[in-house]
Amino acid sequence: MTDATYTGGKEPAKHGLLTVDARTKKRNASEKRFRMYGLAAIGAGVFFLVVLLGAIIANGIGAFQQTFIEVPVYLEEAKLDKTGNRDPEEMAKVSTFGYSPLIQNSLWKVIVDSGAETPLEDGGDVKQMISASAAAKVRDWVLANPDRVGETVDFQILASSRVDGYLKGRVSRESIAQDKNIDAEHLDLVDALRAQGVVHKSFNWEFITGADASESRAEQAGLGVSMLGSLFMMITVLLLALPIGVAASIYLEEFAPTNRFTDFIEVNISNLAAVPSIVFGILGLAAFIQFAHLPQSAPLVGGLTLTLMTLPTIVISTRAALKAVPPSIRDAALGVGASKMQATFHHVLPLAMPGILTGTIIGLAQALGETAPLLLIGMVGYIATNYPEGVFSGFLSPNSAMPAQIYEWAKRADPAYYERAWGGIIVLLVFLLAMNLLAIVLRRKFERRW
Amino acid sequence: MQSVKLAVSALALAAASATAAAARDNVQVAGSSTVLPYASIVAEAFGENFDFPTPVVESGGSSAGLKRFCEGVGENTIDIANASRAIREKEIKACADAGVTDIIEVRIGYDGIVFASQKDGPAFTAFEPADWYNALAPKVVKDGELVDNPYTKWSEFNADLPDVEIAAFIPGTKHGTREVFEEKVLAAGCETTGALEAMVASGMSEDDAEDACISVRTDGKSVDIDGDYTETLARIDSNANGVGVFGLAFYENNTDKLKVATMSGIEPSTETIASGEYPVSRPLFFYIKKAHIGVIPGLKEYAEFFVADEIAGPDGPLANYGLVSDPELADTQAKVADEVTMGESM
Repeated sequence: MTDATYTGGKEPAKHGLLTVDARTKKRNASEKRFRMYGLAAIGAGVFFLVVLLGAIIANGIGAFQQTFIEVPVYLEEAKLDKTGNRDPEEMAKVSTFGYSPLIQNSLWKVIVDSGAETPLEDGGDVKQMISASAAAKVRDWVLANPDRVGETVDFQILASSRVDGYLKGRVSRESIAQDKNIDAEHLDLVDALRAQGVVHKSFNWEFITGADASESRAEQAGLGVSMLGSLFMMITVLLLALPIGVAASIYLEEFAPTNRFTDFIEVNISNLAAVPSIVFGILGLAAFIQFAHLPQSAPLVGGLTLTLMTLPTIVISTRAALKAVPPSIRDAALGVGASKMQATFHHVLPLAMPGILTGTIIGLAQALGETAPLLLIGMVGYIATNYPEGVFSGFLSPNSAMPAQIYEWAKRADPAYYERAWGGIIVLLVFLLAMNLLAIVLRRKFERRW
Repeated sequence: MQSVKLAVSALALAAASATAAAARDNVQVAGSSTVLPYASIVAEAFGENFDFPTPVVESGGSSAGLKRFCEGVGENTIDIANASRAIREKEIKACADAGVTDIIEVRIGYDGIVFASQKDGPAFTAFEPADWYNALAPKVVKDGELVDNPYTKWSEFNADLPDVEIAAFIPGTKHGTREVFEEKVLAAGCETTGALEAMVASGMSEDDAEDACISVRTDGKSVDIDGDYTETLARIDSNANGVGVFGLAFYENNTDKLKVATMSGIEPSTETIASGEYPVSRPLFFYIKKAHIGVIPGLKEYAEFFVADEIAGPDGPLANYGLVSDPELADTQAKVADEVTMGESM
């Protein structure tokens, strides 16, 4: 090597801390550009998120409000209890079709008393304003209170989905020009009754707690029963996937020898995690319903199917959590004479717990939002109609799940169901957000850093 | 490990109770998505008025429903299959092979198939079956010759139709609606345009020609919709020139977004369908496994309730929703009451 201090030549070196040469400028500019790209990427992400959330909330918020009509219904004895001995069993023979005219006539009386002018002539003409669910509501009440027949009782009955849509701005006089389900005269009446407070909007608990309704009664439909279906499925997934997943990962991570066989298992677990969920649905149909003869449409089967889907996620995150525990902890435990099992269960597992819980909760959240496997085991349709009678029936009687219910609503003809589908998405998002928050809180609280 | 023990015992318990609770107490129905709305209305009213739990109704298409129906007899098979077309011979055979021999066929009424386009789009007021054949067939008759379909606009074969690109959204082959569309529209159009005759003249056998009549061009002018009518509606919404195939009830719920087209000069409505003036309608059915009657509680009651006058009659909730009620409903009621199976005479 020659002496390197020679700095001869025409140009002296311009490198220095204070002088900025062309190459530094270029490097700085490229870093600035990179930051801009990053910001733009985040900006685009945030923009889409805001648009998405905005669309969901704008479309779905209406589902949380519902239009009710206050009607004093005259419970006519001659119609409801012909024999007059107030025997609920005999009175049950009067079907909901016997109740509908009573309610229509009572509403007609309200309209006449309100003084609203209308070309309509009698109760039968205003039946389009009332939800078909009203008859069932009054009938249930009468059968529970048979002594009140003959009196006039105030009921808050649901308005039909068209009237509800009118108050929410979804239905207008132009849009119903061809509609045979409601006429402009009905909307005039709604305006008049609304001014008097007979027709009003209020918060719709039924949407959160209620059962699914048929195609012709969008106003009555609720998420409650399908929420229970989701709950029982998640319990099944948690009870099965967590112990099996954790046991499998502890064995693989702490005890199993490293050989071809364990490598093969590892590759397969990673593969399973990437298998489309519909495949698990086909597997669930074949294994649990056709082979094991478990009942169709049951949350237990849904939970078992989703367990298969969630297991790889839990195994992978648990193994990552176990790997993150420093070997020195194991060595120290083994060094003071603990057995391998003691070292694992007394020291490694508690330290890995936050990671395991986070993985489990994220796996559960994924399972909660899953629809595709449920299609194949009969959990999509007009199903979530009966509240389960107890824990066993909760697992075994037919039910749907939240995402399946949303999918079902989105398919139905009445535009009011479309609104409910968006409302359902809001509820589902709240659940997912809560679960993810829980995961973050648990991680923050119990995380140990080395 | 406490939690493992807990989970294992829970699983064992659940499995044990699953076998114990195998006596299913609710009716299970699956099949046509066209019948689903009607079935759900009946199921809901049934649950309200009887002491039985509300029946479970799944959709998925007529063929899928009948396939599940024919899987066998037993608690883990469905009791009723809804169908928007009559059961086929080979399905009856598949059923018989699996032990489902006694099937009760119940016709619940008629359903109209309507053609509709975007509310703000061009008006299609002069449809004839022949127009649909010319628009959708792979081979059409032009100037007396059978040629590959050259048409790209409706107005090219019927001057009364708007001068817009052909964009048809028709039900996919798993839907019963498709079969009716093929039979009442495409096959009829094939005959009136003379394509059937030309095909037979060109040396095709009658059967092959009939099959060729109902095939659909594959160059993208016609799109098969395998999903539900909401999907068709979404496609129409984004394509001003699109024409879609819907059920009457679906159209009546979405009159603010859709403009209905006439067929042979008749506008579809429950009246024109009941009178037979509107040509494209079909009966709707459900099929009951007789072996399940008496085993599944409420099955017969549900079937009887479905066809009762107050439900399926001309003033019932089904007619309100868009079903054209069956003038021979009384016969159907008697058939259900006496549990008359297919092949048996009354």
